[in-house]
Amino acid sequence: MKIDHSLPLEYSTEQNKLNILGFWIFLGAEIMLFATLFATYFTLYNRTGNGPTGAEIFEITPVLFETFLLLTSSFTIGLGIHAMRLGRQKAMISFFVITLLLGLGFLGFEVFEFFTYVHEGAGIQTSAFTSILLTTLGTHGAHVTLGLFWGLFIVLQVRKRGLTPQTANKSFIFSLYWHFLDVVWIFIFSFIYLKGMM
Amino acid sequence: MEFFERFAVPHPSIAIYASMVAIGLTMVAIVAGLTYFKKWGYLWREWLTTVDHKRIGIMYLISALIMLFRGGVDAIMMRAQLSAPENTLLDAQHYNEIFTTHGVVMIIFMAMPFIFAMMNIVIPLQIGARDVAFPRLNALSFWLFFMGAMLFNISFVVGGSPDAGWTSYFPLAGNELSTSVGTNYYMIAIQISGIGSLMTGINMITTILKMRAPGMTLMKMPMFTWSSFIANVIIVFAFPVLTIALALGTMDRLFGTQFFTIDNGGMDMLWANLFWVWGHPEVYILILPAFGIYSEVISTFSRKNLYGYKSMVASMVIISLMSFLVWAHHFFTMGQGALTNSIFSITTMAIAVPTGVKIFNWLLTMYKGKIEITTPMLYSLLFIPLFTLGGVTGVMLAMSAADYQYHNTMFLVAHFHNVIIPGVVFAMLAGLTYYWPKMFGFMLNERIGKWTAWLLSIGFLLAFMPMYITGLDGQARRMYTYSESTGFGPLNMVSFVGAIIMAIGFVLIVYNVYYSVRYASRDISADPWDARTLEWATHNPVPEYNFAVLPEVKSSEALWDAKKKGHVLFKGEYEEIHMPNNSGAPFIMSIIFFVLGFSLIFSLWIPAIISIIGVFAFMTHRSFEQDHGHHISVKEIEETETKMRGAK
Repeated sequence: MKIDHSLPLEYSTEQNKLNILGFWIFLGAEIMLFATLFATYFTLYNRTGNGPTGAEIFEITPVLFETFLLLTSSFTIGLGIHAMRLGRQKAMISFFVITLLLGLGFLGFEVFEFFTYVHEGAGIQTSAFTSILLTTLGTHGAHVTLGLFWGLFIVLQVRKRGLTPQTANKSFIFSLYWHFLDVVWIFIFSFIYLKGMM
Repeated sequence: MEFFERFAVPHPSIAIYASMVAIGLTMVAIVAGLTYFKKWGYLWREWLTTVDHKRIGIMYLISALIMLFRGGVDAIMMRAQLSAPENTLLDAQHYNEIFTTHGVVMIIFMAMPFIFAMMNIVIPLQIGARDVAFPRLNALSFWLFFMGAMLFNISFVVGGSPDAGWTSYFPLAGNELSTSVGTNYYMIAIQISGIGSLMTGINMITTILKMRAPGMTLMKMPMFTWSSFIANVIIVFAFPVLTIALALGTMDRLFGTQFFTIDNGGMDMLWANLFWVWGHPEVYILILPAFGIYSEVISTFSRKNLYGYKSMVASMVIISLMSFLVWAHHFFTMGQGALTNSIFSITTMAIAVPTGVKIFNWLLTMYKGKIEITTPMLYSLLFIPLFTLGGVTGVMLAMSAADYQYHNTMFLVAHFHNVIIPGVVFAMLAGLTYYWPKMFGFMLNERIGKWTAWLLSIGFLLAFMPMYITGLDGQARRMYTYSESTGFGPLNMVSFVGAIIMAIGFVLIVYNVYYSVRYASRDISADPWDARTLEWATHNPVPEYNFAVLPEVKSSEALWDAKKKGHVLFKGEYEEIHMPNNSGAPFIMSIIFFVLGFSLIFSLWIPAIISIIGVFAFMTHRSFEQDHGHHISVKEIEETETKMRGAK
């Protein structure tokens, strides 16, 4: 395997470059996936049938907590990648762990929020609006859940194997994924919650 | 007993019981054969675990041919039922199931794997690479497609086939009107194979962007690679829409959500929109690689470089963008208003322009060329007039006001078969014949090949031209019978005769393979067609590592210029080659997906949860796995190369 030392570790082999480009293209597909969900949401959001409307069930407090947690986690994983580029393995692992904890906190609030909705009679079967609301939030939440496991595996690998071209590559790609989830959340926050509460 | 009742077929007939016996016997025969000839190890080592793009391509090809016959049997049954007025060969339910599975099988499980077969076999060779960017992912893509296809195909013996049309419109496809598990099969089997297609898209784009031989700039790529590149870009942007549409449809059917229902705010037309936002680009996913094959074949057998290379690329880019802007023309009559219909009418007619540019480019490529009519060239020559006919009727359908007359009639059925058969099927058969020596090291028989091409064309004309007429006279599609007073009888009989001639043509393909395996000469050169691009610069059949030394490219027709202008393609010494290891994980993981799909279809939650855990276990294992591949030593390369040259 040829290693090019003039590039950052995560780009240093041919396969690493392929992985990163491939993942960017995958993110393109993910954008289409969420775009379709958003389009469906905008089509159905005022088709509430006998169920509640967005304004009736949305609450700002848990949503703000979720937003702060996820946005902060996007910042900390950025610091983690910065530490990785400086070769500081310990700092990197710490920032990754903080990121994952923040993600876990986000998920906790989201589960709580889901329970509240169902408790208030806005279940997934209630109306077209609640179906697409919970599906869109749920798809994002499922991505975060998957990310928590994935991130954990990467932390374990970096601890065991150190910063190699492979682990650096995986960490970098994971950071792309995590930032992407944050971008999706910004859209959810603006166009589902804020627009729904107005 | 109640537990087992749901696995029973809701509308059993003798044909279905006979199929069950046939499937059972075939499986026993395969297992017995593999055991008797002690081929289990060979099958596992060389095929089930392979990550070699050429072998994956061959497996795609075999699956596509099998599915061609599966879908073809459906077609023959439909034509037989309609060959006479008030025929009782099939009942309405059986007919509904057959036209549904015919459409799904032909598009998703025949045409798609056929183009993936061509892409897998050709692209890495054409760009001078040793494999695709992610070989293991490529294997997973194939096995997911394969398991999706198998899952779909067991539907007619376990639980019942889908019967809501290949478009599966809601509310017809909803729980109230489609009570059997058939539509669950539709939603989940297509989902599984669709994930595979999406991953192939990502894989091929990365391969084409990053792994081209030195010197091959984007505008020096061979046309098939260009067309596949654009088709894969469309895949990456269109398939997620299908993923979501199918997921929402599945949730409506399994979890009682309200996306496409009638009450509680659901919107059935949303399904039609989402389906066709994927469905129309899908048409271009199929036709663009087909255009690529025609470009290669026409240029090779006219002994001229492709006319208008840049305009070919530009027109494909324009087609790919516009393919996302025409979807509403599939339901002009569903009441979205005059303005919307007008816009989609105009975009639809406009998309004919770049397609027309391509037709003229092919004609001008042939102009003053030294045309040699081989089988692939014969398909291409038949393609141009037949496809143009389909294109013209397409423009007729594009006029939204007139569409009120054509909508849902046999005219439409004639139109889309008129573009798909000469467009995609002929291209794939041309590609099959053209690349056969590359895959297997011998050529298919030309005489039988030309007979096939003519039979398919004549059969095609007889089968589908009458439908234009009956369609304009008002024969509706998807109706299982008609009365004698309509006068549709004789023309439908002509269609049936045409279908039989086509069937003979397809059987001849199999005979051709058999005949050529037995009698064709193995003593062919690496370049039997006197071709122009890099895939013909290596041996036949291709060694595992494709190229002993990676080629250096100076033009879009690297091999031709090497032959005529004396460009040197291969410079330098042999070096150790790094290759990926085989892996059983994609195959086993796809089997788990099969179990997962089956459990979801029948709402068996415990096996479903266990198989989801299984899928994640495999992903976890993959995350921790350290697989650095293996190296082929210089000595081994020298031995292989000497042997390959000696065989010439």
